[in-house]
Amino acid sequence: MAPKKRTIRTIPPERTAMAELPAAERARTFGEVACGYALEDALRETERCLFCPDEPCVRGCPVGIDIPGFIKRLGERDFRGAYDTITDTNLLPAICGRVCPQETQCEGVCTVGDTYAPVAIGRLERFVGDMAIGEGWANVPYVEPNGLKVAVVGSGPAGMACAADMAKAGCAVTVFEAFQQPGGVLRYGIPDFRLPNTVVDAEIEKLTRLGIVFRANTLVGRLFTIEQLVGEMGYDAVFIGTGAGTPTFMGIPGESLNGVLSANELLTRCNLMHARDFPAYDTPLDLGRRVAVIGAGNTAMDAMRVSLRLGAEEVLCVYRRGREEAPARAEELHHADEEGIRFHWLTNPVEILDDGSRGVRGMRCQRMELGEPDASGRRRPVAVAGSEFELPCDTVVFAIGTNANPILGQTTPIALDARGYIATDATLRTSLDGVFAGGDIVTGAATVIEAMGAGRRAAAAMKRYLGLRDTDAVYQDAAPDGELFGIAAAERNYARVRVA
Amino acid sequence: MIEEPPPFEIVRREDFSDVTYLLEVRHPEMARAARPGQFVIVMSHEAGERIPLTIADFDRDRGTVTLVIQAVGKTTREMQRDLVAGARLHALVGPMGEPSRLDGFRKVVVVGGGLGVAPTYPIARGLKERGAHVIGVIGFRSRDLVFWEEKFRAVCDELILCSDDGSVGIKGLVTLGLEQAMSAHSDIDEVVAIGPPIMMRACAATTRPKGLRTVVSLNPIMVDGTGMCGGCRVKVGGRIRFACVEGPEFDAHQVDFDDLMFRLARHRAAEKVALERWQQGCRLEAQAVPARA
Repeated sequence: MAPKKRTIRTIPPERTAMAELPAAERARTFGEVACGYALEDALRETERCLFCPDEPCVRGCPVGIDIPGFIKRLGERDFRGAYDTITDTNLLPAICGRVCPQETQCEGVCTVGDTYAPVAIGRLERFVGDMAIGEGWANVPYVEPNGLKVAVVGSGPAGMACAADMAKAGCAVTVFEAFQQPGGVLRYGIPDFRLPNTVVDAEIEKLTRLGIVFRANTLVGRLFTIEQLVGEMGYDAVFIGTGAGTPTFMGIPGESLNGVLSANELLTRCNLMHARDFPAYDTPLDLGRRVAVIGAGNTAMDAMRVSLRLGAEEVLCVYRRGREEAPARAEELHHADEEGIRFHWLTNPVEILDDGSRGVRGMRCQRMELGEPDASGRRRPVAVAGSEFELPCDTVVFAIGTNANPILGQTTPIALDARGYIATDATLRTSLDGVFAGGDIVTGAATVIEAMGAGRRAAAAMKRYLGLRDTDAVYQDAAPDGELFGIAAAERNYARVRVA
Repeated sequence: MIEEPPPFEIVRREDFSDVTYLLEVRHPEMARAARPGQFVIVMSHEAGERIPLTIADFDRDRGTVTLVIQAVGKTTREMQRDLVAGARLHALVGPMGEPSRLDGFRKVVVVGGGLGVAPTYPIARGLKERGAHVIGVIGFRSRDLVFWEEKFRAVCDELILCSDDGSVGIKGLVTLGLEQAMSAHSDIDEVVAIGPPIMMRACAATTRPKGLRTVVSLNPIMVDGTGMCGGCRVKVGGRIRFACVEGPEFDAHQVDFDDLMFRLARHRAAEKVALERWQQGCRLEAQAVPARA
């Protein structure tokens, strides 16, 4: 008898759980929280995919991975085939499987999700990516060099995605990175318990097998300019993906006290510079015992969970709106909750208080309530009269977003938008001939996969500019819309999702 | 491939005193790109910290940049011990920051105090090359700490050398030299002052009554140096400014030096731990050597 056609009534209704380190155990170590699927977990989860003909998940993916295709091969135990299918469009499955906000992308539109929990696409992708790293698989297509040189400025997700596509098209690609190691936000920003740096290393190593050259310690704009790249240095096209800029502070009294820092500084010291291993590593951090993080986006969640692991006794989240409005992924909020973060919703700091020796003794805060919807469509927080109170803490971390990085604007006559980000058209061309840009330096803070999508769209435009036949039909050329997770891009005074 | 970093080789090392030393590092691209007033970030080894250092000189023909360093904490003392000619830095990135303004001045006083004497040199030279009348004021605690006097004489129209103890030049702080220059010249366009924050604050106080345009180069704590971490934020004119991308030079009369000095002490406890632990390690090593021999 032929196997019955899979229907919503025949599939396992329960989403296969992924083992996690217990909260009490993990909150003090940097071990990865989510342990990943075992083989039988992955195979069981593949049985939940209906292979629906209209493939909403593929359209929900910013890079358009053939999701049913890879799940089908995985279910058939054709592991290498599953990996090949994913890497047709995404070279970094071990990263994306961990950090994409699948609930608002592929899994958010999964047909199974109309009835049960959606297919755990992200976990399956990670399973395939991790297996490829374990087995040493890498897909290195034979690429005939076309003699064209491409420079990529910034080695984060946008730059990596653009570099991969241009290398696969036969270009000689060099990726410039200002830090001493490549990876961008994947290395300095996302902590090891969400994305181990060993995974970043493995994925970068795969890119180097495509012939991509990574050059660290190189601050483009200052060491040489964009014009020099396309001029005397002989690059035929340039992609700018320089990522996050200066951190936003609130402009309240006490922000320059010692013990006040940005989430980016905390994360960079801890993740890139190994401050968690001080004094074996030289970079200090000097986090206090009671850490208050302002903001409720994913960066804020990372900063809080890093603080716990660095030994803080108590970590507070202070956010002027409510839990419903928090921009962090549900999973990140849930993990932070489990690990014992104390949430202070509808709370707005108005002053950071001096302990008498230029350190922090607490914050004066006011209670907020939600009023009428504002321009972003979310209800505007309004201060409750007479509600001020003191919240004791000795460290304050700002995780309320970033502004544009000014370096390329200072050193290159490139058109910027009103907020200082690099202006592009819908195909991510900048005002300079042959120069493209994408990721946070164009849109402001967004997610890893959105940056990768931008890198790929820019690569498509770059190929057309260079007169290369576009061998890959999967690019999505749609312009990014004005919203991220329902949050208007124009609103800045809170932690928009930066990495997820 | 992950390209091996350019070797960042130290081609010359010179010791000015027990605590002050010069490193000339090969980096031809940076030697071409560097402008007076800019800085670099250095890591001496893989587990090291990123430390910002103002560029003290650059030589496009030799393809080198020169750094002058004072051994104060663990990192700078370890560098003093390990970084001899032929050694290599783990990381060297830059040039960072906005270059000094050099054009459009007829008469400028360039003031350097202690270690700050080094980064004022390329500014004095750049001003001289653009035809300005350059008055140098350089100050040291005593005669045995003096360096680069001849280099300054070569690019300054006048040079006032000061020492705290009077063992060389005039006896007094650089502010005394600055006052002398101000009383001898009524047509000074600008004063550039680089040195310890307390010295730059004193220079700002000296020129403030006359409303004489004064620029200082700030040296706050930094991590990336590219405008991302915000550790280098300083208060200028009551506003937060990021020294790494908006500086390092600012209007001295607008800078909140107290804020800068407090923020520089931010990691003092950790710095002390690191230094003591390192010195302990050095002592153990020193004791172990005869035992092995």
